[in-house]
Amino acid sequence: MSVLEIRGLQVSVDTENGSVDILKGVDLTIKSGETHAIMGPNGSGKSTLAYSIAGHPKYTINGGSVTLDGADVLAMSVDERAKAGLFLAMQYPVEVPGVSVSNFLRTAATALRGEAPKLRTWVAEVKEAMEALNMDPSFATRNVNEGFSGGEKKRHEIMQLELLKPKMAILDETDSGLDVDALRIVSEGVNRAKANNDLGVLLITHYTRILKYIKPDFVHVFANGHIVEEGGPDLADKLEANGYADYVSK
Amino acid sequence: MSVLTTNYLTPTGREEAWRFTPLKRLRGLHDGSASVDLRHSLITKAALPSGVTFLRENLVPLAASDDVIIERIRGEASETAHLAIAADIEISEPIFLTRSNGSMDSAELSRVRISLGTHAKATVIVENIGETLLAEDLEISLSAGSSLSFVSLQEFDAKTVYTARHHAVVDKDASFRSINVTVGGDVVRILPTVEFTAPGASAELLGVYFATAGQFFEHRMHVDHAVPNAKSRVNYKGALAGKDAHTVWIGDVLIRAVAEGTDTYELNRNLLLSDGARADSVPNLEIETGEIVGAGHASTTGRFDDEQLFYLMSRGISLDNARRLVVRGFFSEIINEIGNEEVQERLMSRIDNELEKAGA
Repeated sequence: MSVLEIRGLQVSVDTENGSVDILKGVDLTIKSGETHAIMGPNGSGKSTLAYSIAGHPKYTINGGSVTLDGADVLAMSVDERAKAGLFLAMQYPVEVPGVSVSNFLRTAATALRGEAPKLRTWVAEVKEAMEALNMDPSFATRNVNEGFSGGEKKRHEIMQLELLKPKMAILDETDSGLDVDALRIVSEGVNRAKANNDLGVLLITHYTRILKYIKPDFVHVFANGHIVEEGGPDLADKLEANGYADYVSK
Repeated sequence: MSVLTTNYLTPTGREEAWRFTPLKRLRGLHDGSASVDLRHSLITKAALPSGVTFLRENLVPLAASDDVIIERIRGEASETAHLAIAADIEISEPIFLTRSNGSMDSAELSRVRISLGTHAKATVIVENIGETLLAEDLEISLSAGSSLSFVSLQEFDAKTVYTARHHAVVDKDASFRSINVTVGGDVVRILPTVEFTAPGASAELLGVYFATAGQFFEHRMHVDHAVPNAKSRVNYKGALAGKDAHTVWIGDVLIRAVAEGTDTYELNRNLLLSDGARADSVPNLEIETGEIVGAGHASTTGRFDDEQLFYLMSRGISLDNARRLVVRGFFSEIINEIGNEEVQERLMSRIDNELEKAGA
């Protein structure tokens, strides 16, 4: 059983017009096997929360704490956070020219497992993960995210989630830019990871439609840099009906 | 041994062609003060396939040169090492040439010719290794319809000074490709130059270089479109790490008035991996006719992309390994064109080592 605990997290970002406060005290606790949906309007700071937990250098932590099973996540380098069991599925996965998917995956698996996976079992593992997400085998030889369609990028993220087996996954708008079929395939991948690894999930989304496929245990409404309301799955239905207007004006 | 005595116009460093080069580090190659040894370092690595010969001959230069070191070589060296590939022969495996008996105490003035008969096809890989003071006049002749991939690997040891012109003369419908890889030496200055003598000819000049602390690597192309309907592509990629690492890339492309239907594009990208390094990049396109298919150039110099490193590290990959992956990826586009796995992996390992040495 793992616990990701976020307490009073305050984060700012440097812009041309100086430092801007984005997160204004975020409190959230996620346990293994739980799925928390964070919903909120554009610009509310949802992605900042995701990237701050993963350790993107663009963001400055001004207060609060993030711990995974008691270990201080904010004191860790980006790769150490991954090794501790955190995973961020990005909204805009980055192109890495000249680095093949297969080389990238094997390097990542080697780093996370502490030793290079045995070649034969590894090839089978990757093949299975790709087939499960309806990905063409030629994918492995392409350069990381280079020339990928929006859907391919998201499948590639979820394939990594399944292969790298983290304890906690943050999915940053994984549903954006996906058609219905792709959304279903990607959601099934997340559900497999949950079932197989007792994964804790922080699902960041703008829309409720992904929640039809990935059932949340808790729904948090995010506005103006903090959580403004919390509830069960029925809160999502309320948001679907009423939108975010109530929270933005608060 | 002899001392160069002929009076050529010694460069001062103010000339356009020499303005970046650290003349003092050329050990007298440019001003004639170097003592000259009559050694012939270029040798074949294995038995040659039939239809291919490698002999020392008395050959007249293919083309004039305005480079003072080339003039000195031609004034001194009588014999040319000539790799000849007969007409209509296709050789699938690369022909390897390598270096023996280098020396820093005296200079070798080397003349080399690679020639392909009509419709011949081959890959030639020259492994420039060891510690040596070497000035080279290398000329390549492609007869009509022939095709050559010429790979020049500068894997020299730390003290080496190598200055050379690699000049290709490309005839009708022949296609020339050169790949320069410069990863070793103190000073390396190469002039990859091309002239087309008939329509339908094409040239692709590719290269990578990686300079670490104190190294100076200069690649100065010149592509002369003096006939209609020829095509040229230039793509050089460089990385620099460490104090006073200095690279120079000059891309001169001339499209003469008669060269209608020319299609040319040149590209140079540099990756600055640490402070204190300097990459000069000067594309230079001179166009004397508007009746062309296309002409363009691009040049970029940048640092590591933080987003790429973040993405890789977010999957557990350490900063050092992430940098290594990015640099390998950056170079792989060109290195993979060599078409010989063993050589490619050797070069990538060398690049890994350079990166590690530089601590970038």
